Amino acid sequence: MATTAAAPAFAPGKAAEYGTSGVWSWITTVDHKRIGALYLYTALFFFLFGGIEAGIIRWQLALPNQHVVSAEMYNQLFTMHGTTMIFLAVMPLSAAFFNFLIPLQIGARDVAFPRLNAFSYWVYVLGGLFMTIPIFFNAAPNGGWFGYAPLTTMQFSGGLNIDFWVMGLQILGISSLAAAFNFITTIINMRAPGMTLMRMPMFTWMAFVVQFLLVLAFPVITIALVFLLFDRFFGTNFYAIAAGADPLLWQHLFWVFGHPEVYILILPAFGLVSEILPTYSRKPLFGYNVMVYSGIMIGFLGFGVWAHHMFSVGMGAMADTIFALTTMLIGIPTGVKIFNWIATMWGGQIRFTTAMKFGIGLVGLFTIGGISGVMHSSPPADLQQTDTYFIVAHFHYVLFGGSIMGIFGGIYHYFPKITGRYLDEKLGSWHFWINFIGMNLTFFPMHYSGMLGMPRRVYTYDSGQGWETFNLMSSIGTVLIVIGTAIFVVNFLRSRKHGAIAPNDAWGAGTLEWSIPSPPPDYNFAEIPVVTSRYPLWDLKSPDKTAGIAHSAPDSLTITDAHAVPMHEETGGKTAAQLGIPMPFPTVKPAIAALAIIVMFSGLLFMHVGKFSVAMAVTLSGAVLFVGTLYAWLTSPLE
Amino acid sequence: MATAVAHEPHEHAHYTTTGLDHRKIAIWAFIGSECMLFASLISTYLIYKGRSIVGPFPHEAWTSPDGHVFKPILNIPVTSQSTFVLLMSSLAMVLALAAVENRNKPKPARITLGYRILSSSRLWLGMTALMGATFLGYQAFEFTSFVHEGLTIRTNLFGSSFFTLTGFHGAHVTVGVLWLLTLLAIDFKRGLTPKDALIVDICALYWHFVDVVWIAIFTLVYLIK
Repeated sequence: MATTAAAPAFAPGKAAEYGTSGVWSWITTVDHKRIGALYLYTALFFFLFGGIEAGIIRWQLALPNQHVVSAEMYNQLFTMHGTTMIFLAVMPLSAAFFNFLIPLQIGARDVAFPRLNAFSYWVYVLGGLFMTIPIFFNAAPNGGWFGYAPLTTMQFSGGLNIDFWVMGLQILGISSLAAAFNFITTIINMRAPGMTLMRMPMFTWMAFVVQFLLVLAFPVITIALVFLLFDRFFGTNFYAIAAGADPLLWQHLFWVFGHPEVYILILPAFGLVSEILPTYSRKPLFGYNVMVYSGIMIGFLGFGVWAHHMFSVGMGAMADTIFALTTMLIGIPTGVKIFNWIATMWGGQIRFTTAMKFGIGLVGLFTIGGISGVMHSSPPADLQQTDTYFIVAHFHYVLFGGSIMGIFGGIYHYFPKITGRYLDEKLGSWHFWINFIGMNLTFFPMHYSGMLGMPRRVYTYDSGQGWETFNLMSSIGTVLIVIGTAIFVVNFLRSRKHGAIAPNDAWGAGTLEWSIPSPPPDYNFAEIPVVTSRYPLWDLKSPDKTAGIAHSAPDSLTITDAHAVPMHEETGGKTAAQLGIPMPFPTVKPAIAALAIIVMFSGLLFMHVGKFSVAMAVTLSGAVLFVGTLYAWLTSPLE
Repeated sequence: MATAVAHEPHEHAHYTTTGLDHRKIAIWAFIGSECMLFASLISTYLIYKGRSIVGPFPHEAWTSPDGHVFKPILNIPVTSQSTFVLLMSSLAMVLALAAVENRNKPKPARITLGYRILSSSRLWLGMTALMGATFLGYQAFEFTSFVHEGLTIRTNLFGSSFFTLTGFHGAHVTVGVLWLLTLLAIDFKRGLTPKDALIVDICALYWHFVDVVWIAIFTLVYLIK
């Protein structure tokens, strides 16, 4: 084997062929950091798109009896606003951080399956476009993000709208599941020597919990969607009431997925905040173990509360009681987290950076959303609040006040690591304060309009019901959110090229990702570090900070990787080839496989318009392309 | 040192935390996900059991308004045969994996016919695929005979949930058969060695899982009235 003729592992020829810049290099990349960046850009684009939809909704509702858009378009707007924000913005923004951070935080050179990772991204972006583009042709999904059947069956929703939704979600599910298998394997199997589970950074821990939620929740919606697809295209009876079907089947299946989905959206933000607060308080996270257990507990209980979305359908006293209790119970581990964050800041040397402001913003705003959540965990209260704007207020405090605040905090915190430049702190501060005020002005009045009985999803309302002031306040708040977000976009675009240069350790943080250059080289770690505590970089630079945490001596570890060395800060500057680190080849096959999946599903659209043979031809050619690409992919070497 | 690694890429074993290959962990995560997939399908079948407004029914005869008599649709003796074949295929899969794992072990002094049979991974991979295909043949027969007897996927709730559940299982068996045939093709092309035990093992895990799911389906759908 060791002959001079053997090809070097890093294959300089291949790398030169694909290059490291230009569109083609992005299409073929398998580097987790570049895929993370693709997720970030794409998800921010969809975030803005979903924001525009929300803006039009608030414009329509600013005053009574307005007709900015038609009722039909309004249905499409609120459906796509929810679907876009959940599946195309917040989940992929979390995925951007999973991609970028998990390998860096556990001391790995990439994810377990780099090509599968690229596949997940391409399925996501193509599936996202598949669902989004129809809105320009007045054919976007219009059945709500929850798509309740039998409303969404052919009998009541005959257009292509729901087909785009059903198939779009199936496609996105493939992306999420593939990514989840990848990250579970990465976290279990690619931790650096000494990186025990209970030393993992809290973001990686929360990401770990989320992957299990994805793996267990997505198959359920997959089946619910398969039933709906079969009902729509093949005339099955799953949701056909006339044939004796249970009108609650969809609701149960959907919410068995849908409630864990809520934790899929919030736990990554919890993880980011658990990185941000210790860094800017210069203190280790308070109660690390309890934070891990409460995260696991939230994930576990998250599967036992789904029917609290269904109190109003009349499930009976026993079911209502059980689901009310489990829902109240889940407030406990969540409350534990809130108190631990406060205790983390307590007595710390706090620096009010933009990231810190967003982090503290999450702690405060999520608490409001959490408390209103406990309010309608009680069925009698819920019967008053369900399907009103009170619920809209509640989940926007959770998702905007929680997820989005945490994600923006994460962007300000990690931008220097991703790009090597800081985001502007002054613009950041404007962004935070305008968004914070705008967010509260938008969503706090909805508690009142909801309590006064304003139903969700109505496209307009009459005056004289006491809703006008609150709606106008909400719409003015939305204007502020738009301004704040515009400031962020300017800051983001400008700082990429003109921001202040960031060193390895941009903020004086303690975890592994800050020990390597910013932006990290393609191989991440020239030498795999040996980890002896939860904040290895603080051990190195300011041991006084971590004196109270359990440590193990480096020599007590068996170092099995030839590259592993004691913890140090890396200087970088060498290429993978110079260091002899084998890198995975760039490849276009994952993108082609993703395209093939879109083709397969697109074929089914022809079924709707009665062209059965065209549908079969398109779907089969997509399937052939997929299987062919898969064989080519699996038989070509990774590196 | 670094150059030695660079020139021998395939000799350089990747460090993993658990010592297991990544693919082994991923397939377990995948199987966990599949459990929820089939749990959803089976739950729906059970929820809709006995709720169909019109027949034919799985275990009871049904007389239609126009006087036509439909006998109970499920044919338990025939499906017991296909179930037996599928369960035996798991045994063949175990023998196939053992044959690949033991390939480089020293041969016994006398090569008996039994040794030849047990050490042929081609035979056992082929047998597994054949038994899987036989099961699919039984299912095709079952589906067509049901349609002839008047039960389609559109007929009633039983038809919809039964065909979707068993159809999903059949699709999984089909993927498994293609997977086994791919391994068989590799075995014929270059011969599977103990180094390849992992890819056979992963396929075997999937195959056994699909078998276990069928035990659940056979019990809950066919045996319990």
